[in-house]
Amino acid sequence: MKIIKTGMAGSLESSDVLITVDSNTGKGRNISLESTVKRQYGKQILKVVEHTLDLLEISDVTVRLEDKGALDCTIRSRLEAAVYRAAGSETYPWESLT
Amino acid sequence: MKMNKNSIGREIPEKIGKLKLSPFEGAFAHTPLVRQDKGNRRLPRLNKLVDTIEQAVLKSELKDGMTISFHHHFRAGDYVLNMVMDVISNLGIKDITLASSSLTTVHDELIPHIKKGTVTHIITSGMRGKLAEFISAGHMEEPVLFHSHGGRARAVEEGEIKIDVAFLGVPSCDVYGNANGYTGPSACGSLGYAKVDAKYADKVVLLTDYLAEYPNTPFSIDQDMVDYIVKVDAVGDPEKISTGATRITRNPRDLLIAQNAADFIAASPYFEDGFSLQTGSGGASLATTRYLTEYMEARNIKASWALGGITGQIVKMHEAGLIKKLLDVQSFDREAIRSIGENRLHTEIDASYYANPLNKGCAVNKLNVVILSALEIDLDFNVNVLTGSDGVIMGASGGHSDTAVGSGLSVIVAPLIRGRTSTVTKRALSVVTPGESVDVFVSDRGIAINPRRKDLIEHFCDVRLPFHTMEELLDKAERLVGRPDPIEFTDKVVGLIEYRDGTIIDVVRQVKGLE
Repeated sequence: MKIIKTGMAGSLESSDVLITVDSNTGKGRNISLESTVKRQYGKQILKVVEHTLDLLEISDVTVRLEDKGALDCTIRSRLEAAVYRAAGSETYPWESLT
Repeated sequence: MKMNKNSIGREIPEKIGKLKLSPFEGAFAHTPLVRQDKGNRRLPRLNKLVDTIEQAVLKSELKDGMTISFHHHFRAGDYVLNMVMDVISNLGIKDITLASSSLTTVHDELIPHIKKGTVTHIITSGMRGKLAEFISAGHMEEPVLFHSHGGRARAVEEGEIKIDVAFLGVPSCDVYGNANGYTGPSACGSLGYAKVDAKYADKVVLLTDYLAEYPNTPFSIDQDMVDYIVKVDAVGDPEKISTGATRITRNPRDLLIAQNAADFIAASPYFEDGFSLQTGSGGASLATTRYLTEYMEARNIKASWALGGITGQIVKMHEAGLIKKLLDVQSFDREAIRSIGENRLHTEIDASYYANPLNKGCAVNKLNVVILSALEIDLDFNVNVLTGSDGVIMGASGGHSDTAVGSGLSVIVAPLIRGRTSTVTKRALSVVTPGESVDVFVSDRGIAINPRRKDLIEHFCDVRLPFHTMEELLDKAERLVGRPDPIEFTDKVVGLIEYRDGTIIDVVRQVKGLE
């Protein structure tokens, strides 16, 4: 999948995460994380992001996460939605990932 | 027998047996506060008013290294502490120990006074906001001492905290110092924490924005304890001192916690006619009281008294005849403030009466049921109400440990997880209340009785409620949120958590990498 525009998903509500996905052509993955639980779960959140991007086969991308304590399942779904939006995808193969 | 002539010419024996007698020397000789100008009707009425806070500070003879105190009845609306600290700082006084009954978000303004060296020690029940982050980041040399409300009263009465000057904001007082908390625009209700300071401080300065006619009865602080009075424009922001009637939460999770807690309490042996209770002001705690009311009405059970932080909801139950009497150390909202001013059975008590463990009998000892909150509770039932899951100070000890140990049944209510943070942890980051005084933890996802309470476990063996062990609740939480990385601390101790008897139950350390 190729990122062609900015895609966003999520919110800044407690227990949610706002994810913004952008292109980063030829420059790999650029992931930035702000989180209310960064000290406790920062590594785990980045692991989920990397893993989800692997499954989506995205290698060049900018991802910005503003996390308000979202669970892993929420982070995964918000990221998928943001990526599909950023790729201009018309179909959402949700189940193929899980 | 050797005789002395006194000032009115009478012969007074120098000694009677071993008792040495002092001859009378005149009506004014040894009572400097009595007016010396009897009969001069043109002099202003006797009063203790001084024009400015600065004059009051100077007259109080506050010096470097002394201890000053404040109360926190004005909560987040308090102007007094910041006003007085600015004056003290401008006068160049240094090395002050600040012993406030607690500190709130408005007290971020203390940071420059700490940096400047005006304040070098802090003793408080808790702190929040930027000040708490500043302390957690290790910017203060000496650790902050955190006490419980009862522990503070004990320390003040025993002289462990020796208050040189108490600066007490009062909603109303007269020119001679009779003050109460329920008259005037900045009414805050009970002055329970201020009363202890007024009694034990060397010098007492009152600040008020409402001068009442003498005598300002009924009074909570008596004229015979007061040195100086300053009239200021406002002691606080009424909007932030008290809120309107707290509405019952509609948050379904809080309601579920409350239903579980009320079901548990109603099925416990403590729920009987004439029982006593204390509740908090948090969403789940207020809702628990609501559900408990339904049980009380259905079973025709009345409480004999309620203690604590009194809320409008408790007042409502009192006025409906469900609770006979109220003992109030701190009034949480406008309804409670109104009630303490007009209701004889709503009685103001001071912090020592409330919870001092070493006086001859404090009210928490007679409490049957208390409902308390928690930031964290661990597998040993130790409770943290002081530091957040990131290790940063964000709360207060309050009456938590006092009521937990004093009551027959201490019920901790909290959601099992908040955001991505589990309330149940293997080991609480900091301990305010020891697990041996905690009886049950009630969450939205289950109830855990402390295994120490074998009597309760036996009592509930036939009751169908969502019982779990604390280990099972931890497991439930971790399956949802994962296992957190441990917070990294440095070796520097930034806070000492004092148990109510004066011993240190835990320390708070500097959070690594916090600016």
